[in-house]
Amino acid sequence: MKPTPGVTMLPSDNPLTTPRATNGRAPDVFRPGAWTPMRCWSDDDEVDFAIVGTGAGGGALACKLAEYGFSVVAFDAGPYWRPLEDFVSDEREQSKLYWTDERIVDGDNPLRPGSNNCGKSVGGSTVHFAMVSLRFRPEWFKARTTLGYGADWPLDWREMWTYYREVEETLTISGPVTYPWGPKRPRYPYRPHELNAAALVLAEGAEALGIPWSATPLATLSAPRGLSPPCVYRGMCVIGCSTNAKQSVLLTWLPRALKAGAEIRDLAMVGRIEHDGRGLATGVRYHREGRWRFQRARNVVVAGYAIETPRLLLNSASAKFPDGLANSSGLVGKNLMVQANQAVWGLMEREIRAYKGPPSLALTEHWNYKDDGKDFFGGYAYMSQGPLPVAWSSVLAGQRGLWGQGLLDAMQDYNHQVGLKIVGECMAQERNRVTLADETDRYGLKIPRVTYSYCDNDRRLIAHSLAFMRVALEAAGARDIWDETDDTCHLNGTARMGDDPRTSVVDADCRAWDMRNLWVCDGSVFPTVGGVNPSLTIQAIACRTADRIKTLARRGEL
Amino acid sequence: MRERYPGYDVLAKRDTPSWNDQTRRAIDARMAIPLAARRFFSDDEWPTVQAICGRIVPQPRDRARPAPVAAMIDAKLAADDRDGYRHASMPPQREAWRRGVRAIDAEAQARLGARFHALAPDAQDEVLKAAQRGEARSDAWGDMPPAEFFRARLLHDVLGAYYAHPSAWSEIGFGGPASPRGYVRMNFDRRDPWEAAEALPGREADARRDNASVR
Repeated sequence: MKPTPGVTMLPSDNPLTTPRATNGRAPDVFRPGAWTPMRCWSDDDEVDFAIVGTGAGGGALACKLAEYGFSVVAFDAGPYWRPLEDFVSDEREQSKLYWTDERIVDGDNPLRPGSNNCGKSVGGSTVHFAMVSLRFRPEWFKARTTLGYGADWPLDWREMWTYYREVEETLTISGPVTYPWGPKRPRYPYRPHELNAAALVLAEGAEALGIPWSATPLATLSAPRGLSPPCVYRGMCVIGCSTNAKQSVLLTWLPRALKAGAEIRDLAMVGRIEHDGRGLATGVRYHREGRWRFQRARNVVVAGYAIETPRLLLNSASAKFPDGLANSSGLVGKNLMVQANQAVWGLMEREIRAYKGPPSLALTEHWNYKDDGKDFFGGYAYMSQGPLPVAWSSVLAGQRGLWGQGLLDAMQDYNHQVGLKIVGECMAQERNRVTLADETDRYGLKIPRVTYSYCDNDRRLIAHSLAFMRVALEAAGARDIWDETDDTCHLNGTARMGDDPRTSVVDADCRAWDMRNLWVCDGSVFPTVGGVNPSLTIQAIACRTADRIKTLARRGEL
Repeated sequence: MRERYPGYDVLAKRDTPSWNDQTRRAIDARMAIPLAARRFFSDDEWPTVQAICGRIVPQPRDRARPAPVAAMIDAKLAADDRDGYRHASMPPQREAWRRGVRAIDAEAQARLGARFHALAPDAQDEVLKAAQRGEARSDAWGDMPPAEFFRARLLHDVLGAYYAHPSAWSEIGFGGPASPRGYVRMNFDRRDPWEAAEALPGREADARRDNASVR
């Protein structure tokens, strides 16, 4: 290609094909082309922890364990980005952040995993998440006892409250001084962001209906912090932040992890966990730089999220564990829970230009905290929206069947479009599950089959939310309102925690009942899913798990 | 139909703080894709693919820089860049496209007696609508459901290509690349000087003037 005027900086290497974290150094995520020292271990070193996945669960845990003095090697199948030099303002190019390895989907309501919920990057899907950082409603941790559905968590909400705070401070969450729902909490570390027009529409609708709303607590900065600048309202958060305002795992926990002596291996796909004759894990078999290798470890942590985690446990089946690891309950892969992600959309006379600013600057958790007047269990939040053009055209085509001139005409209203979208709690069902398909991927590993169907309760929740949001959008002055009835977001629940080995995969410490040096630390451990985005809770659980590991080690119980 | 953003060209911002170097590289490369570039589709398939794209996103004939939609889909298939999921009823994307293109041609033959690209636009739409409704007369579809191919494969890939092109961004008044500068004015009816100005009925000249100074 001939040189192009105005383009000077070229990337030093290709992080999609050649690992960057090697030979005692890792990329400095804050400086183009720069490096930071990294302690390296050999495959023959028996490290304290081999962690599979560096997202919300694995990344936070790697940091905390390294800071507690454990030797840690964390693996990620994805590349190690420097956002300032690698991230483009373009949806198509940035699909490089997503887990696009094939998954077979089926069931009555087949999922579309990939762009909106599965990351393939060091830092996991927090590199492209929408940064919405919410605490669970306390009662959800005892949903069965207090609210009559689902299962109780083996965790106490008051303990979680202290870990939520730790994560909010680590991510320097920007949020309101007082949050309208739930028990009292300290103010958020940084001030809330200015609302865009899409968020103001949510506020107008909520006020017209007499329910509270709030600026969304977000993991993007409203003032400088360290080497990160405040958010410039570029609006492309879900395709990766190119200014480093977003407080992803890549920018927060992982630099700390490196400083504390953890090693991170990018482009390292773990295909199998090995064990010895006693049934204890001995390390992980992983593919990097064109060959299979084996890292010895005293403990293995699986943190690959709710599809890859059960896939790895199932793909690690052996003569001793023919149904996969940690699976004496038969629950590995089962109880996959999505969150409902339905929306209402309409047109405003006024210009909205929802592409500006983080996509969900305002929300209401009204229906997470209000229990009467519902004909369903669980709750939902709803948030303002700011879809980018490719994503928006795919909603119009997928939901309304538009194409040709009809689609081009509808797209002309892009800057007047406004929407409200839920994050809705779906029930755990054993028939919703991750299994192994017969097809294999480029590593020769069996690919996952993801089966999903709503239950009646899910459908009632969705119907309630669509009817309510329609009234709210009308009250704010929107016209031509229509429902987006088919979308889902976050994934959880395929290796649930509990206090009974017969009905759960891991205990409260995320430790597998069947293999005491195997741990699961990601959204897979959720017994219920709640009506808020899960990343803050996943990170809080990781912080708690690290503290428990420290305590157990001190007592000689690891 | 009136032009909503007369004179707005998102490319006018290429050399401003709204575009960083890596964005210039990526978009320059996309703009340089020839309309007829192809590595995946065969000589026989190509006119059908181009005609299908022309009906899903009918671009203005006089457009200075038409989006090379068919070529972008071809590039996606040549690289086998996938989406992360595939319905159990569907073959992998390359096979789905080959079979779907063959089947749409076969439907055109069966229904209207000519290959798809040789039909008039209305007749082409008729064939596409039948696929969208899941109606198959030809057995060229095999076990692939036409409606699933149309929605999840064809529309998905055509729109994913078209709305990734600056000409489409300009058409809908999208701000386009925005790093590092981002945006300042967030409220209703407020635009930054580097955003598209919308033409109010009867005041197209004002919008054209504002759009001429977008940078």
